Amino acid sequence: MQTYKGDTLSWEVKDGCIELALHRKPANEIGTRTLEELEVFVDAHETLKHEAHALIIYSQMKHGFSAGADLRDLYSQSKELGFENAAPLVRNFLNRIHVVANAIDASPLTTIAAVHGVCFGGGFELALICDLIFADKMARFCFPELRLGLIPGFGGIPRLKRDLGNAVVRDLLLTGRSINATKAQAVGLVSQLAAEGEALKLARFTASQVKKFDRATSATAKRFLKPIPYAELQQEIDIFCDLFTQPAVEAGLRKFVESTDAQPYLP
Amino acid sequence: MKTSEQIIGEILDLASMHFNVNRAELSPDDDFFKKLGIDSLQALSLLTRLENHFSVELPDYEVQGVSDFRTLAERIESRL
Repeated sequence: MQTYKGDTLSWEVKDGCIELALHRKPANEIGTRTLEELEVFVDAHETLKHEAHALIIYSQMKHGFSAGADLRDLYSQSKELGFENAAPLVRNFLNRIHVVANAIDASPLTTIAAVHGVCFGGGFELALICDLIFADKMARFCFPELRLGLIPGFGGIPRLKRDLGNAVVRDLLLTGRSINATKAQAVGLVSQLAAEGEALKLARFTASQVKKFDRATSATAKRFLKPIPYAELQQEIDIFCDLFTQPAVEAGLRKFVESTDAQPYLP
Repeated sequence: MKTSEQIIGEILDLASMHFNVNRAELSPDDDFFKKLGIDSLQALSLLTRLENHFSVELPDYEVQGVSDFRTLAERIESRL
């Protein structure tokens, strides 16, 4: 499938580069529908990966790359089942999204996340799957999960540990603070810093550059440079599911979902 | 070294420019959520603009509960 236009995302292939656009209102919250469409993408990728040389993931939404998991979706589904019974549902969702994440992580293509605005939680985890993160100066990265009594569940911790020093990982995780793109570049998370609104353009330049290289060599280099931490990823799912049954999670999610505060995205 | 008044002035200039509010209508003790008509995601955008402008890092938990320009300026001043 060379092109796809879905409810939450779309893609097209341009000059050997797959451009995967996220466009779910308001800020690309990742819920069931996004997961289903990511699965459609991963199926298509099995064919496209033999034709293309690069993949760019970006957002068409004004607020940013992605505000993370769809907490309203998670809360309503868990409430319907009862939080004490929701762990299997959560585990199923996590297993499925890990299959998607691992497939993109293992892609032979050079993958680039072109980030602007908020890149939080599950959105941050989606960016971390990519080989390179390009961010515009207004991008902001955050793992706010501890505020909800959780840890990241889409593979964020093992992938962040793969890329950054443990002290930086602890800072981000244990404080739940957000950092801007300049800081993210300083710690080694962001490869290239773009002017406001220019991250996608820089990603396209780089996609054109990597097209010059032998595909098999690029794929071999990537496998050597970027091992996938499967055991830790599984461990993260287990820890997340254990935590999910704790009362703090229901309270944290309810607070977020029912908040009329102007600052639900602030700590 | 910038004075507190300079910092507040620069914050108001920046807020006026990026959120299309007349500069003359902004004052240091205004509630910026109400005055700029912004939500939490836009507040994060303001925070990022301020960090970039003043070349500081301002952890978002330090501005939790802060809603007026003057207190925001004090938080920034502590980091300069």
